[in-house]
Amino acid sequence: MSGAPSLAQRFAARSDGAKLLIPYLMAGAEDSWLESIEAVIEAGADAVEVGLPFSDPIIDGPTIEDAGNRSLARGTTAHDVLAALGTRSWGAPLVVMTYYNVIAHMGHERFAGMATDAGVSGAIIPDLSLEEIGPWAETADDRGIATVMLVAPSTSPERTVRICDRSRGFVYAVARMGVTGERAEIGDEASAVVDKVAAATSLPACVGIGVSNAEQARQVSRVADGVVVGSALVRRLAEGAGPEGAAAFVASLRQAIDA
Amino acid sequence: MTMMGDPGPTGRFGEFGGRFVPEPLMPACVELEQAFREAWSDQTFVDEYRRLLVEFGGRPTPITPCRRLSEELGVTLLLKREDLAHTGSHKINNVVGQALLTKRMGKPKMIAETGAGQHGVASATAAALMGLECTVYMGEVDTQRQQLNVFRMELLGATVHPVTSGSRTLKDAVNEAMRTWVSEVDDTHYCLGSVMGPHPFPWMVREFQRVIGVEAREQMEAGGHGEPDLVVACVGGGSNAAGIFSGFVDTDARLVGVEAAGGAAIMTGSPGVLHGMRSQLIQDDEGQITEAHSISAGLDYPGIGPEHAHLADSGRATYEKAGDIEVLEALQLLSSREGIIPALETAHALAWVVREAGGQIPHGSTVLVNLSGRGDKDVAQVRDILRGES
Ligand SMILES: Cc1ncc(COP(=O)(O)O)c(C=O)c1O
Repeated sequence: MSGAPSLAQRFAARSDGAKLLIPYLMAGAEDSWLESIEAVIEAGADAVEVGLPFSDPIIDGPTIEDAGNRSLARGTTAHDVLAALGTRSWGAPLVVMTYYNVIAHMGHERFAGMATDAGVSGAIIPDLSLEEIGPWAETADDRGIATVMLVAPSTSPERTVRICDRSRGFVYAVARMGVTGERAEIGDEASAVVDKVAAATSLPACVGIGVSNAEQARQVSRVADGVVVGSALVRRLAEGAGPEGAAAFVASLRQAIDA
Repeated sequence: MTMMGDPGPTGRFGEFGGRFVPEPLMPACVELEQAFREAWSDQTFVDEYRRLLVEFGGRPTPITPCRRLSEELGVTLLLKREDLAHTGSHKINNVVGQALLTKRMGKPKMIAETGAGQHGVASATAAALMGLECTVYMGEVDTQRQQLNVFRMELLGATVHPVTSGSRTLKDAVNEAMRTWVSEVDDTHYCLGSVMGPHPFPWMVREFQRVIGVEAREQMEAGGHGEPDLVVACVGGGSNAAGIFSGFVDTDARLVGVEAAGGAAIMTGSPGVLHGMRSQLIQDDEGQITEAHSISAGLDYPGIGPEHAHLADSGRATYEKAGDIEVLEALQLLSSREGIIPALETAHALAWVVREAGGQIPHGSTVLVNLSGRGDKDVAQVRDILRGES
């Protein structure tokens, strides 16, 4: 079942200046992961990043890696996740986030087909670089799956232009040089990355990696078009927050961003 | 591309190789490729590298004919003695090159992953020589299997960081080193230990190991041994094999890489993407990477360097496997017949030769085995196994 709005539709609906809020959670890490997705959408998420677990997540810190391992230990497969997503209709676009081997192993066509059938709007594949993305990007474009690309503090302006050209839906602005995980300070690298992206594209620049709480989300939303919050939510779910706890946290982020 | 030449800017070996890393690391990979390309065509750098390999590394390593074993097996068996290089294995060739390059790039720190501890010890050694700060990532399981090597690295001034994620072995040590590299890339070089990872590592590490093949080719001729019919090496990531193969890829010699039966990426794996490269990997039906298991920590890697995947595809090299029991037997055989205790990794190559002499290896063949490392690090483990079993 689909019916979820595309990233472009959803983001256009918000072009009133409101900032985008995109929580991340790991599929299959808890029994109630589908309910958690629904709950965070209810609580004001503009899109949800759904992690498909991979055994060797090199851009993830311990919180998300542990969630992925928990999910794998519970027998989660990409196939099952996509099938499960397809059983509901979603009030906001879903973006799957996984490592390339999961997709390559299933096959581009098959993965994109299943994702489309499941109502998935986009994909983030952090280890699929601009240089290697060609064949997947073609399939994804054909199928209407928006492949969101990353721009990092280390990315040159010239390269940023090429990455933004190839990105769909939005551009993921990596807030700092490091892996996913909560941090005491958000730092000021993020706004420089956003500036680079803004100079290169009209796509929204959403800042992720390290945004840990409502105050940081507020700070980031002042400079960016949107905020991605991962580990801070994944940790709460791991600690047993459940869909209600997830909703409460995301509502607090929403409030901080909109204030 | 000529066989085992420059893979060019895309770092492709046929359909394998490439650069599959998160964007924060892409600029570092490009910078490293440029730095290596420049250094490798700069005679001053190459001379310095060669001088260090001689003065510090103990090169050239000799070729030793195995008189007793040759007679027993009915083949002419020769060993390229990388066990006699400083730190006891071929790993020194690579780390001296990368540490020099780290200096040249103006970076004060080096990180490395290690399985058996050999690459970690070699990295710590080169870092000490060059005055670089060094941190080595090692799976917790391996720190227990190889406690003496942990202490060696500490003696050499390195910090050993036990990795507690995943299977707590080599692949997780690589994950952790890559994660650290992302956040410290400004002042840190990642000294990868084998012909794997994103471009330019598979090419660069092979070039730093090429010295094995170049020397061996000259020594075979100079020693009157003629051209080998077979060149055999054990394969974890594949650096010692790549080094010796590169000296004979343009001859008629059959090139054979021997993997651990429990980690045989070419024989039991399928194409996939891990640690920045497309190669042959051991993975399950869902594309999740599975753990490799063998008696030797240094071969417990679920992948293989992309150039080997290509050499296998093209048919220029073949890949075989050896199991733990025959490996232990081969280790004992070489020790008692030739007075050389090989590393457990290396014993995989020997085990295949022992098994196939008179079979896949016709009697009378000249067989050159890369004796990649000495067995001192494994003696306690081998003693425990042999005492437990016999
Ligand atoms: C003695 C020895 N040989 C071989 C290997 C495997 O590495 P490679 O396949 O890169 O030569 C190791 C790795 O630790 C080793 O210590």
